[in-house]
Amino acid sequence: MVAQNVFFYLLAGIILFSAFRVVTSNNVVHAALYLVAVLAAVAAEYVLLAAEFVAATQVLVYIGAIIVLFLFGIMLTRAKLGSDQDLTHPHWALSAATAVVMFGVMGYALVDQFHWTATPLPADTRLVSVDGSNSATVSDSVFTAYLVPFEVVSVLLLAALVGAIVLARKD
Amino acid sequence: MDDLLLNQFLLLGAVLFCIGVYGVLARRNAVLVLMSIELILNAVNINLIAFGAFWGSITGSVFALFVIAIAAAEVGVGLAIVLLIYRNRRSVDLDDVAEMKG
Repeated sequence: MVAQNVFFYLLAGIILFSAFRVVTSNNVVHAALYLVAVLAAVAAEYVLLAAEFVAATQVLVYIGAIIVLFLFGIMLTRAKLGSDQDLTHPHWALSAATAVVMFGVMGYALVDQFHWTATPLPADTRLVSVDGSNSATVSDSVFTAYLVPFEVVSVLLLAALVGAIVLARKD
Repeated sequence: MDDLLLNQFLLLGAVLFCIGVYGVLARRNAVLVLMSIELILNAVNINLIAFGAFWGSITGSVFALFVIAIAAAEVGVGLAIVLLIYRNRRSVDLDDVAEMKG
């Protein structure tokens, strides 16, 4: 269990540093690449929680597709590829204060509700399934209990795709 | 410091969420605001997976998958809108888009 903790804090460090660079970097492309680091480390945290199917989906959909979309967006909107001082609002201190206050409230609520040592995760977070992994359980659940939401999400994705094409096409 | 605690993941999610909120509020480039929204959605996903592991339920993973799918839809439509703004005004600076300001 100590190894899990070591990896948790290692990944948390990567996530927080990279996320900080995403919102402070003066270079749009660097921000997108730091976002890749955040997403990859978050996928590793999912593996730590034995949610390997979600981790694989995170890598495929986020790092594979969404980041490419972002890079296309950066290139198509012709943002300067070098550093750019105007990316952050002059009143950023107010935003930082808002975020710090928000974290104060959320952190207090979390520590107050889920006392630091009183809520350990189960030693083995894998759920019982045929092959000892969570993927089979996820697919069973998606195609039985959550079939209707799954179909609704498919229709939503189709609608969003059609909408994006309608918005972005030139005519 | 021997067992993984639920609060570790929840606090990590809270910090990531607040960084994302800072990015949404402080960034002027519309593409960077969309990236900050991705940070927020990932914070939510960490919470969902952590609670799923805590309660021994698969529902957290399933909802995280739905969140990922909706994030993909959101980025597609969001970037199309940003592209349209750029095409009309030659800029993606959110401070320039103030027609609806009261």
